[in-house]
Amino acid sequence: MGDFFVLALSAGTPFILASLGEIFSQKSGVLNIGIEGMMLIGALAGFSVAHHSGSPWIGLVGGVIAGSLAGLIHGFLSITLMAPQVISGMALTIFGFGITSFLGKPFLGLPATSFETSILGVTPPVIIALALIPLSVFILTKTRFGIHIRAVGEYPEAADSAGVNVSLIRYLCVLIGGGMAGLSGAYLSLAYSPMWREGMTAGRGWIALSLVFFSMRKPIFALLGAIFFGALWILQFKLQGLGFGVSPYLLMMIPYASTILVLSLLSSERIRGRIGVPEALGKPYLR
Amino acid sequence: MRSDTVVELKGITKAFPGVVANKDIDFELNRGEVHALLGENGAGKTTLMNILSGLLRPDDGEIRIFGKPVSFRSPREAISLGIGMVHQQFLLVPSLSVVENIVLGHKEEGFIPNLRNVEKKIKTLSENYNLEIEPRAKVWQLSAGEKQRVEILKALYREAQVLILDEPTSVLAPQEAEGLINALREMTSEGHLSVVFVSHKLPEVTAVSDRITVLRRGRVVAAMENDNVDYAVLSNVMVGRELQKSVSPRRREKGGILLEVEDLVVPDDRGVPAVDGVSFTLSEGEILGIAGVAGNGQKELGEALIGLRSATRGRVIFCGKEITDITPRQAIEKKIGFIPEEPLTIGLAGGLSVADNLILDTYRSSRFLRKGLLDYNKIEGFSRGIVDTHGIKTPDLGLQVGHLSGGNVQRLILGRELSRDLKLLVANHPTKGLDVGAADFVWEKLISLGEEGVGIILISEDLEEIQTLSNRIAVMYEGELVGVEESGRVDRKKIGLLMMGVGKEE
Ligand SMILES: Nc1ncnc2c1ncn2[C@@H]1O[C@H](COP(=O)(O)OP(=O)(O)OP(=O)(O)O)[C@@H](O)[C@H]1O
Ligand SMILES: [Mg+2]
Repeated sequence: MGDFFVLALSAGTPFILASLGEIFSQKSGVLNIGIEGMMLIGALAGFSVAHHSGSPWIGLVGGVIAGSLAGLIHGFLSITLMAPQVISGMALTIFGFGITSFLGKPFLGLPATSFETSILGVTPPVIIALALIPLSVFILTKTRFGIHIRAVGEYPEAADSAGVNVSLIRYLCVLIGGGMAGLSGAYLSLAYSPMWREGMTAGRGWIALSLVFFSMRKPIFALLGAIFFGALWILQFKLQGLGFGVSPYLLMMIPYASTILVLSLLSSERIRGRIGVPEALGKPYLR
Repeated sequence: MRSDTVVELKGITKAFPGVVANKDIDFELNRGEVHALLGENGAGKTTLMNILSGLLRPDDGEIRIFGKPVSFRSPREAISLGIGMVHQQFLLVPSLSVVENIVLGHKEEGFIPNLRNVEKKIKTLSENYNLEIEPRAKVWQLSAGEKQRVEILKALYREAQVLILDEPTSVLAPQEAEGLINALREMTSEGHLSVVFVSHKLPEVTAVSDRITVLRRGRVVAAMENDNVDYAVLSNVMVGRELQKSVSPRRREKGGILLEVEDLVVPDDRGVPAVDGVSFTLSEGEILGIAGVAGNGQKELGEALIGLRSATRGRVIFCGKEITDITPRQAIEKKIGFIPEEPLTIGLAGGLSVADNLILDTYRSSRFLRKGLLDYNKIEGFSRGIVDTHGIKTPDLGLQVGHLSGGNVQRLILGRELSRDLKLLVANHPTKGLDVGAADFVWEKLISLGEEGVGIILISEDLEEIQTLSNRIAVMYEGELVGVEESGRVDRKKIGLLMMGVGKEE
């Protein structure tokens, strides 16, 4: 059982990282559905930086930087140019897949420069992910930056009139979102399944996105959800191995089906009001 | 009081597409004074104050603060020079607490603000100035009066030396308004703070201010000291014509029963009962005034009657038929009219043009159609008529409604609803934000509708309005109707107390 938990936690770590980042972005009012693309970019960047530098740690940093730059594209399109956020996020996903498939060719089949240590049976990035949870809670609830994030996502006019730089806060949050997605991707290619493969995120970005809605943007719930989806992810292979009668496709479907369910629930105004969806989510701000 | 100048505006001009909102305006604010800025709807008051608070940039003209010329690029810069503005529409984040709203955007607190310290400072400020508030409450839980106090405290916390209040009393109950006026007097008495008080209510302007500047159509038309100002003269310069208060309460024969409401329970957006077991009847041609401080369920009651909100208990019977579960469209077909509290949220579409908004409820009617398609010639003729009769100031019929001034938005929704053939009108604050001239027009219109036999439910916080127009008066407090009485026998003080929840058990 303990073993299974460790497996589920390791499989859930990409969800933790990416959804934490997306929570920042959405709390500030920017919906970024391009997580999958940013993760892929982070995965390849992490892999290649680690490969060239010889250090998985520098690889992780590379993943964060590449993810943030990818996030910056979305920020520029949606905050500065006020493009529709869903379309811009979609474009980011497609772009991420395309560019990593192209640039990743030389790395196919190479072994990753991976982590050699493990702590309590998990790789170091897992610990980082766990540590980021309380840190995020602290930032969001106790710091000036956190108050500004919530204000900007809820009522940008009010924040603006109080002297908060709405665009700046949103840019920072989108950068955080991208950086965390990049870290999540780099964890995959450097620690979880150490290698580079085209489209290796295999839909995890979308699950992370659904987790954000699921968790009502609360980091603690995101953690629980991430472990739960991590467990499902593991189970799907275990059951396959046991030759169980359940089609793995059915299991793989669960996260997506639950996303549809949650999203349809969320479209009701009443529920939106109750769980505190940021009022200005997805809406560009123009003074 | 020393009379050194704190703010000096010179030759301020600001044009929007189609209107010159401010034209060559000079305005001065002295230390420690309350300077009232008076003007009818669309006169340009809010625009001028937005310029002073850094939200808008003037096309032309000069701003001097303490004698130094400045040019604000953002509200932040204005705030740092001690200028705080409380907007007509509150700019507070509902999901944040009072303290969090107050430190919002305030640099001095550092990265991890010590909210407990801030709380203490807020307590001291609020005790000094009689602005009572619970610092830990979330803003969505607060009443309009409390929110206003938060806004004022926010400005004071930033050590504002100039406080701009844009129509501050429009959201307050009479006693609260009095409280505000006293608080302002106190705040300015020490001479640290100067106040610009924007309004178009003459009595409160003369009660609170030292000086009065009157705007009309974007220009200063008068500036005077406030002593022995004659209302008639003042309203005359404000609207540029003579006003006659011709409106008087009427006694009329009761018609048949038009509307019966039995034990109605209506939840608010959070699912909590906002209307809690309300029963009343309304006769044809009767005006029932419902007084009460905003947030006591009036809005939900009105919305339930026209089908925007569903009741969880009780019945509504209209012309002998149950209409508890009607839809807004059916309500329109049954000749029920509705003037919402916030027309731009419910009732009007801010992104659509004036003409489109004017036919929003009746566009299906054959008079606007030709071969099943909208006929814009007819629509324009119709809209032009309403715009003219209601004096809606708009450069053209194609302007987006969201760009109209507050008062003109109100005129627009009134014009549309009153243009239909009605049996019942639910009017929520029908003269909110209107100047005296326009309010008079609305009052007369409501009275003549009553004479034609239309039943009217008049929801308002303005006691003068309620007393002048209503045949019967009820007070709504915490979701219940307390004290329904014939209007002749009600004294204003008692209504005021009932609105505050005092004297409910008698
Ligand atoms: N952002 C804008 N775009 C276009 N026109 C505008 C804009 N803001 C204001 N106006 C116009 O400028 C004029 C002055 O508006 P303003 O809001 O300053 O009036 P006001 O005196 O505050 O009126 P009220 O008493 O109704 O609030 C109005 O004709 C209004 O339609
Ligand atoms: Mg105004």
